Amino acid sequence: MYQDVILDHYKHPHGRGLRSGDAEVHHVNPTCGDEITLRVRYEGGTVADVSYEGQGCSISQASASVLNELLVGKDLGEALGIQATFLELMQSKGRITPDEQMEEVLEDAVAFAGVSKYPARVKCALLSWMAWKDATAKALGEAAWEAAGQERRTA
Amino acid sequence: MSGEVLPGEAPAVLPGLLDTEAIRKDFPILDRTVHDGRKLIYLDSAASSQKPRQVLDTLQSYYERHHANVHRGVHVLAEEATALYEAARDKVAAFVNAPSRDEVVFTKNASESLNLVANMLGWADEPYRVDASTEIVITEMEHHSNIVPWQLLAQRTGATLKWFGLTDDGRLDLSDIEQVITEHTKVVSFVLVSNVLGTVNPVEAIVRRAQEVGALVVIDASQAAPHMPLDVQALQADFVAFTGHKMCGPTGIGVLWGRQELLEDLPPFLGGGEMIETVTMHSSTYAPAPHKFEAGTPPIAQAVGLGAAVDYLSGIGMDRIAAHEHAITEYALRRLSAVPDLRIVGPVSAADRGATLSFTLGDIHPHDVGQVLDEQGIAVRVGHHCARPVCLRYGIPATTRASFYLYSTPAEVDALAEGLEYVRGFFA
Repeated sequence: MYQDVILDHYKHPHGRGLRSGDAEVHHVNPTCGDEITLRVRYEGGTVADVSYEGQGCSISQASASVLNELLVGKDLGEALGIQATFLELMQSKGRITPDEQMEEVLEDAVAFAGVSKYPARVKCALLSWMAWKDATAKALGEAAWEAAGQERRTA
Repeated sequence: MSGEVLPGEAPAVLPGLLDTEAIRKDFPILDRTVHDGRKLIYLDSAASSQKPRQVLDTLQSYYERHHANVHRGVHVLAEEATALYEAARDKVAAFVNAPSRDEVVFTKNASESLNLVANMLGWADEPYRVDASTEIVITEMEHHSNIVPWQLLAQRTGATLKWFGLTDDGRLDLSDIEQVITEHTKVVSFVLVSNVLGTVNPVEAIVRRAQEVGALVVIDASQAAPHMPLDVQALQADFVAFTGHKMCGPTGIGVLWGRQELLEDLPPFLGGGEMIETVTMHSSTYAPAPHKFEAGTPPIAQAVGLGAAVDYLSGIGMDRIAAHEHAITEYALRRLSAVPDLRIVGPVSAADRGATLSFTLGDIHPHDVGQVLDEQGIAVRVGHHCARPVCLRYGIPATTRASFYLYSTPAEVDALAEGLEYVRGFFA
């Protein structure tokens, strides 16, 4: 479960700290008390920044770091695709072994495949990703959000 | 003399220890391995204890030989099942030194026992009735099961909910006892032994003040009944609640002990079969206590199993179990306080303290501590332990909790201390 990649992100998080953004959300995992405050900033259709502050276990903290590394600089459509793939992996109960295609999409985030076998920890890994999705919807408004989802599905 | 043992140096013998080698043979589960052959080190008995063979055999033989519904039917099995169920009540009554067996009500767990009392007091007539002009007193170290029922009662009746705070060293702060418990107080409900801090609370001081103002006293003994002699008469409480599965019994069985005149005076909570005397389409009269509070088919096998658990514990002796756990607690406090960055949340001395140790380990989140310990076969509890206000009080999101019982050994304490050193290295 504790891959070196996860421990590296935990010990040396990417993009940690709150910076200016278009929207801010605060998410909590009530079962263990993990918390994250996350801000997103968009420039046109591009994820310009994801900044965050939080407390929690290594899985939730490392996952936020990986999210920052993966999503910043991406088009919204592509970012949503990455989010959906990560969600699919985390909900797989350990049944998905990431193939090359998935590794290309998820990069460091494939290290979380092992976490999906531990139902109690899946929420830790998803905390920042759910916060990001929520903050993005808030920043762009529902219409833009729907349009981006549509674009991704037809792509 | 045990105080001379240095951290990291396992003592040859701790004073007061039970013969755990013999005891552990009674608990088949303690022999199992986890994670590819690692020996199980079970340090989560405060959440639920393991079960001795004697209890498992009793359950099996009950179902194989004697099962039928109780208190109805005239056939052999119905009579045997009833006799076994009521014998369990006798055993529990003796175990807590109840003046009468009719004061022992079987419930499904301690939560139900506490909810039962809270509901009775909401429906009761004077002088017990809790209403908008009255106060309910609890403490900041309660399990959610002794907070939420009282919050519900306060919301429904308009009563005021008050509580005792905690000192920095994990004890109840009773310095303002006369302001907290007043002549408006109708009921004081508190935990005898904290499930997070391990603190054993000073019953006498609280009961004395409650009696001065004529308030009822409810004691949550869920973490006491498994670990020390429990004497409801000595406690001078009005109600005492505990659960079976933490004291070597099955899940699904709890106990509410209540003073006889209260059980007679107070109204029933759940209505149904078994709890009635006579029923017409217009009204009913109720069976005498305890049956008045046991609507429907009760957890028969579970009660019988609890009876076997009580026999098992009494056979060893509750005072000897308490002495064993005290020795383990002293040793564990010493070993754990030598782990760098480890902070005990709760009393740091074994005086007036149970064998439940909560702690934080530097900045490492308890979920990570628990997971890495689990990989070594060590089972602990992590989180807020259904007592979130305690974590809020001490400004921490969660703790790791190790809890010991009659089958716990000094070697398991050593394994925990070494396991925690490994956790530190892992996340360093």
